[in-house]
This record gives sequence, C-alpha cells and structure tokens, in this order.
Amino acid sequence: MFKNFFPNKILSFSNRFFIFLIVLMFLFVFVGLIYALFLSPPDFTQGDSVRIMYVHVPASFIALGCFAFMGMASICALTFKIKIIPLMAKSLAPVGSVFALISIVTGSLWGKPTWGTWWVWDARLTSMLILFIFYIAYISVWKFVDNYEKANKVSSIIAIIGSLNLPVIKYSVDWWNTLHQTSSITLTSAPTIHYTMLIPLIIMIIGTILYTLIVFLMRYKTEIMKFKLDKRNKEN
Amino acid sequence: MFSKKTRTRIIFMTFLLVGLIMVVFVVLKSLEANVVYFFSPSELYSKEDISFNKKIRVGGLVKDGSIINNETSINFIVTDLNSEIIVSYKGSLPNLFSEGKGVVVEGKLKDKKYFIADKILAKHDENYMPPEISKIFKKSKNND
Repeated sequence: MFKNFFPNKILSFSNRFFIFLIVLMFLFVFVGLIYALFLSPPDFTQGDSVRIMYVHVPASFIALGCFAFMGMASICALTFKIKIIPLMAKSLAPVGSVFALISIVTGSLWGKPTWGTWWVWDARLTSMLILFIFYIAYISVWKFVDNYEKANKVSSIIAIIGSLNLPVIKYSVDWWNTLHQTSSITLTSAPTIHYTMLIPLIIMIIGTILYTLIVFLMRYKTEIMKFKLDKRNKEN
Repeated sequence: MFSKKTRTRIIFMTFLLVGLIMVVFVVLKSLEANVVYFFSPSELYSKEDISFNKKIRVGGLVKDGSIINNETSINFIVTDLNSEIIVSYKGSLPNLFSEGKGVVVEGKLKDKKYFIADKILAKHDENYMPPEISKIFKKSKNND
C-alpha cells in the first residue's frame, strides 16, 4: 500500500481512483451538510448556532492531524534522509494551514453568540493561533529558502518544535481552566453529544478527511514533478 | 539494520525530543498562573497573594435562584458547588447567561466575598443534546 506513495507510482496514478475519491468526498460532505444545516436538531442551550460545530470540529481535527503527520514526517526526514518524505510534509502544510484558519474563524463566529466575545486569550484559542503561526512559518521556509537541503532542515525543525504544541492544544481544556469547553468525544468515555448530532458530525469529519486526502495527493504529485524537474535542470 | 550515521541521528533526535518536551513542561508549569483563564471560587479562597486592585477572572456556575435585578446593576452568585462569591455587574448580558449555567466574570475583587465585574462571558459545557432530550433529562432529575 505504501508503495503507492513512491514517485513512480504516484505519477501514474490512474484518474479512476481520484474520481472515486472525489465522488465519495462530495457524497459525504453533501449528506453531512444536509444533516448539519437542516435535519439535525438545535441544541438545548445554544439553539441553531450549534450548527457551526459541524464545520468547526472537522476543521480543527484536520488542522491538528496534518501537523502531527508533518511532525512525524519531519523526524523521519531528518533521521532517515529519504528524499520523498519532506515532500509529503510539504504537501500537507497548505491544507492543514487553511483548516487551522477555518477553525479559528468559525470558532470566533461561534463564540460571539454563545460566549459573548469574538476572542479570548485562553489556552485553547491561544495555542491554536500558535499552531497557525507555525504553519505559516513552515510554508514560508519552503517558499523563501532556495537550497532544498537547507529548506528541508529548517522546516523540519519548525515542524518538530511545533508538534510539541499539539498535546498542549488537545489537553489545554483538561489541564487548565479555560473558556473553551472540554472534549465531547474522547477515547475513554462515552460521548457527551447526542447521537442525532454525533452522526452528522462524524459524516462531516469523514468528508473533510477525504477532501484533505484529495488535496494532499494533488499537491504531492505536483511536488514530485517539480522535484524531478529541478533535479534534471541541475544536472544539465 | 541501520547505518552508523542513521543510528547516531536516531540517538541525537531522541535526546533532542526528550529535551524539548522537558523544556515545554517546565515553561508551562512556571507560566501556570497566566495560562489559567479564570479561578474557581474555591481556588480564589485558597489563594494567598490576592490583590484587590488587579483584574482577575472567576468562573463557575450561576447559583440557582441567585439572580437579583436592581435598577442599576444585576447581582448573582457564582458557585463551584464548594465555595461561592457574590458578583455585581452593570451592563448587557450574553445570550447564554442563565441560572445553573456556566459563567466567567472579569473584574476586581472588592473583598474575599464580593466581586465587581465589568465583563461577563457565558461558558457552556461539553454536552450537546436536542431540547426534547434535555426536557426528559430535567424531568428525571427532578423526580430523583
């Protein structure tokens, strides 16, 4: 399965698999949104403003998940020196950063009618902003540093240091008193979100994961082509 | 299995990661007072270095039946089911502010029992359910 990520396989990716992924993604997102916006019930405290959750939560998951992958890939990139690994991390950064921004913006829009403010400097919100800044730093290094090896080293260090922020983001609501509430979905206890809202949420999360996968694969293909082209130009 | 170079890098990487994790832990531990967004009434009681001029935040639940509307201000009690503190506030309230629900108040302590707030934020918990389910919930709670 992992052989599919190697350059020769990726470049010959059949269109059929891509189209299948795209159709599946649209299906999940479409059904998810119908449930999120119309068929799911309002919340007993928040009313209809709870519906922002169906965008905010998937975006947050993806923002954290992408950076976690980037961190792990960067550790491997610096330790094992396999050429394609930094390209994988580089291809995840744009999607992840956009979803981090979506998480912050939708969170802000959700905060105003519920908490009564657009922003507070509590641990969860501040650490998410720090994550976004790390994303921007990572992308900037690849953009502005010309030497591939140097860009790889610096960006990998940024990704590794930024990954230390990820447990802080996740557990900030448990470790300290924050305005942001604790997690409704955990690995150890029953969900505190009713199934009529949990099911659409899971559908939206799956749809968002599919979207991220599609964009990542498109980007990854481009990065490999660029890499091969640069290598050929250097040899001439 | 791995070349000597790779093995050196793995060892170096492990030490680096462990070191960074310790640094983050120490930094967060020492900044704890600033990272915390609010104190609960019990934490406020047990705090020794309380200053009555510094802006602080207190969070908890609005005690049932404690909201009193005066002409000039609104008074209510914030409780964490262990200790409580009386809060006085002038201004508009957020939509989700109500009895039995979470709240975070920002302002200054007048004394250890009385707080003058200049900002109120409603805090909601991690429970999400439709209104019909919450009615069933409340009915079964009242029947206990």
